[in-house]
Amino acid sequence: MTVTTITDAQLAPKDYASDQEVRWCPGCGDYAILKAVQKACAELGVSRERTVFVSGIGCAARFPYYMSTYGFHTVHGRAPAIATGIKLANPELDVWVMTGDGDGLSIGGNHMLHVLRRNVDLQIVLFNNEIYGLTKGQYSPTSRRGTRSPSTPLGSVEYPVSACGFALGAGARFVARSIDTLQPHLVAMLKRAHAHRGASFVEILQNCVVFNDAVFENITGKEVAPDAQILLEHGRPLLFGKGKERGLRLRPGKLELEIVTLGENGISAADVLVHDETNRALAQLLAALEPPFPAAMGVLYCNPALSYEREVYAQGAATGGGSLDTLLRTDRTWQVEA
Amino acid sequence: MASGTLSPSSDRETRDSVVIRFAGDSGDGMQVTGTQFTLETALAGNDLSTFPDFPAEIRAPAGTTFGVSAFQIHFGAVDVMTPGDAVDVLVAMNPAALKVDVKDLRIGGTVIVDTAAFNERNLAKAGYKTNPLDDNSLAPYQLLKFDITKLTADAVKPFGLSSREAHLCRNMWALGLLLWMYGRERAATTDWLKKKFAKKPEIAEANLAALNAGHAFGETAEMPEHLVGYVVPKAAVQPGLYRTVSGTEALAWGLVAGMRAAGLERLVFAGYPITPASALLHTLATLRSYGVVTFQAEDEIAAIGAALGAAYSGALGVTSSSGPGIALKTEMLGLAIATELPLVVIDSQRAGPSTGMPTKTEQSDLFQAVHGRNADAPLAVLAAATAVDCFDVAIEAVRLATRYMTPVIILSDGYLAHAAEPWRIPTEADLPRFPIAFRTDPDGFHPFLRDSKTLARPWVRPGTPGLEHRIGGLEKDYDTAHISYDPDNHARMTKARADKIAGIARDVPLQAVALGEDHGALAVVAWGSTFGPIHQAVRRARDEGHDVAHIHLRYVSPFPRNLGDLLKRYDRVLVPEMNNGQLVRLLRAEYLIPAEGLSKVTGKPFKVAEILEAIR
Repeated sequence: MTVTTITDAQLAPKDYASDQEVRWCPGCGDYAILKAVQKACAELGVSRERTVFVSGIGCAARFPYYMSTYGFHTVHGRAPAIATGIKLANPELDVWVMTGDGDGLSIGGNHMLHVLRRNVDLQIVLFNNEIYGLTKGQYSPTSRRGTRSPSTPLGSVEYPVSACGFALGAGARFVARSIDTLQPHLVAMLKRAHAHRGASFVEILQNCVVFNDAVFENITGKEVAPDAQILLEHGRPLLFGKGKERGLRLRPGKLELEIVTLGENGISAADVLVHDETNRALAQLLAALEPPFPAAMGVLYCNPALSYEREVYAQGAATGGGSLDTLLRTDRTWQVEA
Repeated sequence: MASGTLSPSSDRETRDSVVIRFAGDSGDGMQVTGTQFTLETALAGNDLSTFPDFPAEIRAPAGTTFGVSAFQIHFGAVDVMTPGDAVDVLVAMNPAALKVDVKDLRIGGTVIVDTAAFNERNLAKAGYKTNPLDDNSLAPYQLLKFDITKLTADAVKPFGLSSREAHLCRNMWALGLLLWMYGRERAATTDWLKKKFAKKPEIAEANLAALNAGHAFGETAEMPEHLVGYVVPKAAVQPGLYRTVSGTEALAWGLVAGMRAAGLERLVFAGYPITPASALLHTLATLRSYGVVTFQAEDEIAAIGAALGAAYSGALGVTSSSGPGIALKTEMLGLAIATELPLVVIDSQRAGPSTGMPTKTEQSDLFQAVHGRNADAPLAVLAAATAVDCFDVAIEAVRLATRYMTPVIILSDGYLAHAAEPWRIPTEADLPRFPIAFRTDPDGFHPFLRDSKTLARPWVRPGTPGLEHRIGGLEKDYDTAHISYDPDNHARMTKARADKIAGIARDVPLQAVALGEDHGALAVVAWGSTFGPIHQAVRRARDEGHDVAHIHLRYVSPFPRNLGDLLKRYDRVLVPEMNNGQLVRLLRAEYLIPAEGLSKVTGKPFKVAEILEAIR
């Protein structure tokens, strides 16, 4: 058989789709994420043979089957560990970890912590739908207090974890957030994550149409979105609202943000904070925003450093050139004569 | 070996073999003392076997019995296969060491003590009501009392050490005396001290002074009549270049040799610290220039996950642990079996269940290795018999893993991990070669297309154009490798996985008899680190006229294809194991033979006498 040679630059989004029928529920936000990833891949011209999608278990974890790249569907929560091994064995591979809120922050929380801390060069995409979908609707570690589910019929009394806050706390050097339905923005975030060398963490608010439908409606609803989201841009003031008339600033004398309205109480554009992607403290404040504040969308934090596997190989090439005979004869030896 | 500094040989008595145990507080440096004595003994041309026995506590409260650390060496002019049943010379650096270890000293054996350590405080901590050095309780033994503390302090005085630092040199004084007793050189220890304390020359010099003082004490002091020097003639061994090797070193180097033999460029070893397996991580971490990348993972699961990810990428993926850690790796082993990727997993077994006795040896993970996974999940299990055997077993594990695209578990144990013995060093040119071929041809490819002979699926390195594919833990269609929930297909895949592993039996040597006839009254069948005592016991029993053979298994799953027939040619089958009866049950289940078990679960290896008694 001859291999048809197509340069990767010529590939269209559909060329990154596998021949497998996609089996998510109709209306699932995962479709939009799949589309966005394929679009980002096409726009970046990524090499299919050098790309590996690794996943754990859950709805999001089916993702690799739908890509025409290499893919490894693994064990619940452990995709970061497997991806680390893949990068250690071959740093040239372009590796994505596709995970969910249960997979990445509950059963796999430990691995998520360490893969981010180590800064392994991966794109880690966390589909956050605040629910366990594949096991039929139990509350997840990101579910809000009061969430009623089969396992919390009286409502959850647990405090949820903030995915981006966790990532920043773990020492992630690239943290971004987007929404399944925010298509051009999501593609842009995935491309930014791909460009970042080191662990890049992207949280995507994703709607589970069956078990947690409209849970993000207070952020994504058409009517409320301008006031419920703030789109971050490095070097630009933190403004939101239909006419960008509202902004965020540090409350004088306190380490906390407050909402101000331009033109009210003498507030001008100069009073509003300017987004700085390289400021971890600001990123933490933005990651933690909850109503009545808008939810922060975009690159919260980007501050690259040499990635883990590059550092490991910088210490020594692991080329395997050393002679085994030399190795076995290190330390004391003695000759027994015939 | 040259022996210019030794007493004239006419003054020395000859011994065929000797067992020495160095025992002291865990901070007394007994492991170092034993290791250095081992090295000097190997260089002197004796065969030897060692057994370190140390507490789990890094520094248990000083002077207590549970803080006693010991190192035993058996060396001689004859074939030495075990660390020895009974101790000939016990060096007890404090009362607790005497209390714990004197029970293993043979009647008439020698006990050397540091009198300064037998003060009221230490005696009380060890639970002695009266001083055993004065109360005649040591009458059955030859008691040699020296004030090692003071003799050491005098020797190191010129180097300006604190009294604590000076105290830490006592072990070198004792080593010096024992090296004198057995006519050993000090050159290797001298080199080692200079290297070890290169940045603290005064410490190096003080230790050397203590070592030399202990040696000179033997040479010149007015000794009690019964302290004489001994000669232990060289063992008759095959000519060649030798070194000492521990099971851990042999495993590490065997893995590198296996990687080379398979033609692989890289070995990714991922581990998580656990006793007694950590030493393998430490050893491999120094081998970067041989193609080894090590990764200390955040937990046991991540360790096997990273190893499996490396295997998926086309490297040799290896992980290692002890029983409790292997338990954590179980789910990932299932994925390795389902995705049919090569993986080497080393289990350095220890006494359990749960945390059990981390520093004590046991063979109780056989069931875990063979059966300890959810669902029908077969893999290959190999067991190493001796420290030297670890090298060959590691190479064989790599061969089977890569040829059959399967995880292979190597069963080692706490004893093998630390035990050392002389090794005739092989040359790389003489080692086996089994180059593997990665699939690169897209023609007709699917990831579970099986080799007609081995039933193994192709190994594809990501990065290979035209072979992009997806694999995972979900069941896949036999003919297309796509996800499948088809009932008949699952039955077919389950059978294919089982047949593939069963087929390994056709690719490994027929089971040989280690000693004795291939039929007869009694076969002693065993696996793993019990090789030495069982072999010696069978040899002695045969010398006594018993009709008994020793059969030792390297391949514990699947069994060699002739094993059933072989075992049926004996009237009785006895299976000694350091567990509550695991191999014996596997043999009974597989071959419907009335095999009898012999269990020892004390955390200590079998003694020759224990096996011999069971044979008789």
